[in-house]
Amino acid sequence: MSSPEFSAGEAPAEKVTEVTGTGIPVRGNDIDTDQIIPARFMKVVTFDGLGQFSFFDQRFDDEDNEKDHPFNEEKYRGANVLVVNANFGCGSSREHAPQALMRWGIDAVVGESFAEIFAGNCLALGIPTITADQASIEGLQDYVEANPAAEIDIDVAAETVTYDDTTIDATVHDAQRKALVEGVWDTTALMGANAGAVKATARSLPYVPDEHVPADDAAEGAAGDD
Amino acid sequence: MGEGTLYDKVWDRHKVTELPTGQDQLFVGLHLVHEVTSPQAFGMLKERGREVAFPKRTHATVDHIVPTGNRDRPYADEAAEDMMAELEENVRGSGIEFSDPDSGNQGIVHVIGPEQGLTQPGMTIVCGDSHTSTHGAFGALAFGIGTSQIRDVLATGCVAMEKQKVRKIEVTGELGEGVTAKDVILTIIRKLGTDGGVGYVYEYAGEAIENLGMEGRMSICNMSIEGGARAGYVNPDETTYEWLKETDAFADDPEKFEELKPYWESIASDDDAEYDDVVTIDGSEIEPVVTWGTTPGQGIGITEAIPHPDDLPADKADTARRAQEHMRVEPGDTMEGYEIDVAFLGSCTNARLKDLREAAAFVKGREVDDDVRAMVVPGSQRVQRAAEAEGLDEVFTDAGFDWRDPGCSMCLGMNDDQLQGDEASASSSNRNFVGRQGSKDGRTVLMSPIMVAAAAVTGEVTDVRELEEVATV
Repeated sequence: MSSPEFSAGEAPAEKVTEVTGTGIPVRGNDIDTDQIIPARFMKVVTFDGLGQFSFFDQRFDDEDNEKDHPFNEEKYRGANVLVVNANFGCGSSREHAPQALMRWGIDAVVGESFAEIFAGNCLALGIPTITADQASIEGLQDYVEANPAAEIDIDVAAETVTYDDTTIDATVHDAQRKALVEGVWDTTALMGANAGAVKATARSLPYVPDEHVPADDAAEGAAGDD
Repeated sequence: MGEGTLYDKVWDRHKVTELPTGQDQLFVGLHLVHEVTSPQAFGMLKERGREVAFPKRTHATVDHIVPTGNRDRPYADEAAEDMMAELEENVRGSGIEFSDPDSGNQGIVHVIGPEQGLTQPGMTIVCGDSHTSTHGAFGALAFGIGTSQIRDVLATGCVAMEKQKVRKIEVTGELGEGVTAKDVILTIIRKLGTDGGVGYVYEYAGEAIENLGMEGRMSICNMSIEGGARAGYVNPDETTYEWLKETDAFADDPEKFEELKPYWESIASDDDAEYDDVVTIDGSEIEPVVTWGTTPGQGIGITEAIPHPDDLPADKADTARRAQEHMRVEPGDTMEGYEIDVAFLGSCTNARLKDLREAAAFVKGREVDDDVRAMVVPGSQRVQRAAEAEGLDEVFTDAGFDWRDPGCSMCLGMNDDQLQGDEASASSSNRNFVGRQGSKDGRTVLMSPIMVAAAAVTGEVTDVRELEEVATV
């Protein structure tokens, strides 16, 4: 999904209307971001190389032997659609979690529900988080387990997930859908264009001293250039 | 959308414009920065050739990776040293004030903001940390953000967000003896679920909340995120103003205090405010709460039996079964008597002076159980100094606790303070997730600071109400 001319973590504001690929199911409710990427792997100053640590403690025992986990299974190699259950990504706000999944190869996550900060972090990377009811999700997980090489098609605009001869009536949160479909999810550029209005808002707040608001030309130069 | 609520009013005051995505662009009144989630954001900023837009509305500290023992530079842990050096370079190059260890003001970001008076009512406050909700205790709208959003805030002074619903949680009545703010929030999360707050901001109200000091309110707002709510707040009142008066922001500037007070009063929720949902909890029925599982929602009163997974709603049963296996607990038992190996008194939830004072009152004159290693990690250098001035450090060390330097420490095990193997810990922190405290087989039992004190001296999970409180220190 990321274009090569953009560096790591810098998301291009391209349109994400559709994600197609094979699936990988990770079952269980309340899978927190400490499980997705344990804190000890966050002692880094870039996101590079995080992919290999996705679900690390679920995948390896103390002697680094592989445990049963979909991320270890050969049949899911190359999968880019992660299928999860309820409240996925709860806990810590660490963007390292979706960064790790993205670098492992995940382009979209389909689940029963997502923690808000996690979903927001996914959006910042151009990764759609699509929800559907429990039965549909479990049906998709069963299907992917039995047919790991089968194609899944996610239509972000139409809010559908299609596999085999089934189409799930899914939900992509309004603002997220609009941002992805219209390619307006680079919020830095979007908001940077409003630097004048930002300063006006800042000055209108009784607790912000005037000297905390940068002079007009300086801030525009810093914030309006891309 | 919660009309006439604090949330509504603070949002409107900070809204810059509506974005093409349908989200609102909100001005950020205070951006708090720490070493773990910010380096990549500063990196992205540099790549785009931008500068920090509002350095004077930004404040940094170091907490997650900082050692709590030997803090001589360079740090023994090379990765930690690298992160610290990176933060130093980033903040000094941008004109951001930095509460570093040499300043004497370093500490957990959610402890230092309130104690320095950086945190004020009616502000929007963000930080790359989910426990930013803590600052809501002051009537601020405060929430955690991811690293790409940190980049947004650094570059533009703003975040893009959608407005959420507001749920008022009224805690009525008086809290019983030995029952603290921690027990209240663990009860709320248990009742509403770990995802019950998704899409909501929590407004905490009612007699039991109003009677809490700022420390207790912070403990409650801190764990809003464990209930799925990205932000939680308490309307500002005299208790709030009394705290603010003493902080750096206003101690020498009473005029500024009087100038801002009308604004603070104006943003409190109106009496006839409309809420999207209201939940009432009887505070007098709450007893000391401990967790039996691996999510903060898996809590029970200390005299209550651990639930059988089959008796739980279908969607909770599986998680409960796995949690009970991990924790090695049996349905039908209580948690009382659960043996512990470690007692951890610290974290952004419970490491403020009041927490340490109250815990010390149960430790004084007692000894930490022979099989327990116990540690106190004050929330900040100021808390540490204040506690030492009262002799609390001696109370703890005489009993056999380790008295350490401030940081996040064993709450998330990013420094040397970690559980080993399958150790069980009695912890005043906020998350009992598998692996959270540094060992994937480690077992965490969340509880209040006084319950941690009780567990430390008995070597097992203990009803603090059965211990006699020693003369206040």
